[in-house]
Amino acid sequence: MLIKNTKNSYGLVAIAMHWIIALLIIGLFIMGIWMRELGYYDPWYHRAPELHKSFGLLVFFLLIFRYLWRQYDPLPEPSSNLARWEKVTSRIAHASLYLLALLVIGSGYLMATADNVGVTFFGWFNTPVIVNSFNHQEDIAGEIHKIIAWIMMALVLLHSLAALKHHFLDKDVTLSRMLGISRRP
Amino acid sequence: MQTRRLMVSVFTVLMLAAGSLFAADYVVDSKGMHASINFRIKHLGYSWLTGRFNKFEGVFSFDENNVSATKIAIDIDPASVDTNHAERDKHLREGDFLEVKKYPTAKFVSTRVEASGEGEAMIHGDLTLHGVTKSITIKANVVGGGPDPWGGYRQGFSGETKIALKDFGIDFDLGPASTDVEFDLQIEGVRQGG
Repeated sequence: MLIKNTKNSYGLVAIAMHWIIALLIIGLFIMGIWMRELGYYDPWYHRAPELHKSFGLLVFFLLIFRYLWRQYDPLPEPSSNLARWEKVTSRIAHASLYLLALLVIGSGYLMATADNVGVTFFGWFNTPVIVNSFNHQEDIAGEIHKIIAWIMMALVLLHSLAALKHHFLDKDVTLSRMLGISRRP
Repeated sequence: MQTRRLMVSVFTVLMLAAGSLFAADYVVDSKGMHASINFRIKHLGYSWLTGRFNKFEGVFSFDENNVSATKIAIDIDPASVDTNHAERDKHLREGDFLEVKKYPTAKFVSTRVEASGEGEAMIHGDLTLHGVTKSITIKANVVGGGPDPWGGYRQGFSGETKIALKDFGIDFDLGPASTDVEFDLQIEGVRQGG
């Protein structure tokens, strides 16, 4: 497999980024729900939110890398069988996934820095505090974080179902390309 | 008949006015914030975690010659809870603790006051917190009172009380050493009318 994308295939970097970030995002969502239910005496009561914040930052750094990489390695064209509405809606959906991810990360960051202290990245370094200005910042950012996370997961579900539709119903190369395997269309 | 009615009304008004000549009415000094509602609770049994409610307002009437006629009413904004830790304060405002969206107000209204020594009194009253109203008793003492340099007259108290979280429907398990919250109240009021 090639490192970069071609007109009709994804390269190693794009594929790896896609699945690593997908796993992280789904994992973070499950972790977020689970950690809110922990009792005060659970050993994970502090550990889970700490890891959640670090992994959230990791997604942010990976998204930055992905954006920079995209300038250097443009996307392939959509599978040739796609109708115009499919090309349009998939672009909107993908752009929305990025936007929602950034909103979730941003609101999480505002929550975590409401004490004017940076977020620690796996104990390695602390982020700066960029915004620490408004009253009840942690409450408002927290509400947004929760709501956007759920909206995002609904879109992730739609995105996954659409991929399966293309693979099993349309029998096109959409999903197999992202898995890095070739397929007879 | 009309005259008699008039006399009764005038008499009533005079009696009410006379009542206020003896008891002074104070407004708790939230404006200058010379008052605080502080609390502490044990953390795991290893230290005291302290905090306060930043937003509150109240009134009281106090006459040092008639302590048992003392009345006090305080409204507290539970969302103003402040333990100097944003994530903890957020948690305290949520469903596990104060549920401030559902119960946006808290208050204390005195029902009975009995003097218990020189400058000391037990203030019995109803505390409404997390939507539950229960009687509590505040052990209070006079700190001091008198004219201030700016044309006002002030009276100050200290008070302490203790409540069990469970009594107010807060049952998040913080461990056996943390079932109760102790309150340390510092109240200064400014007399109305100077």
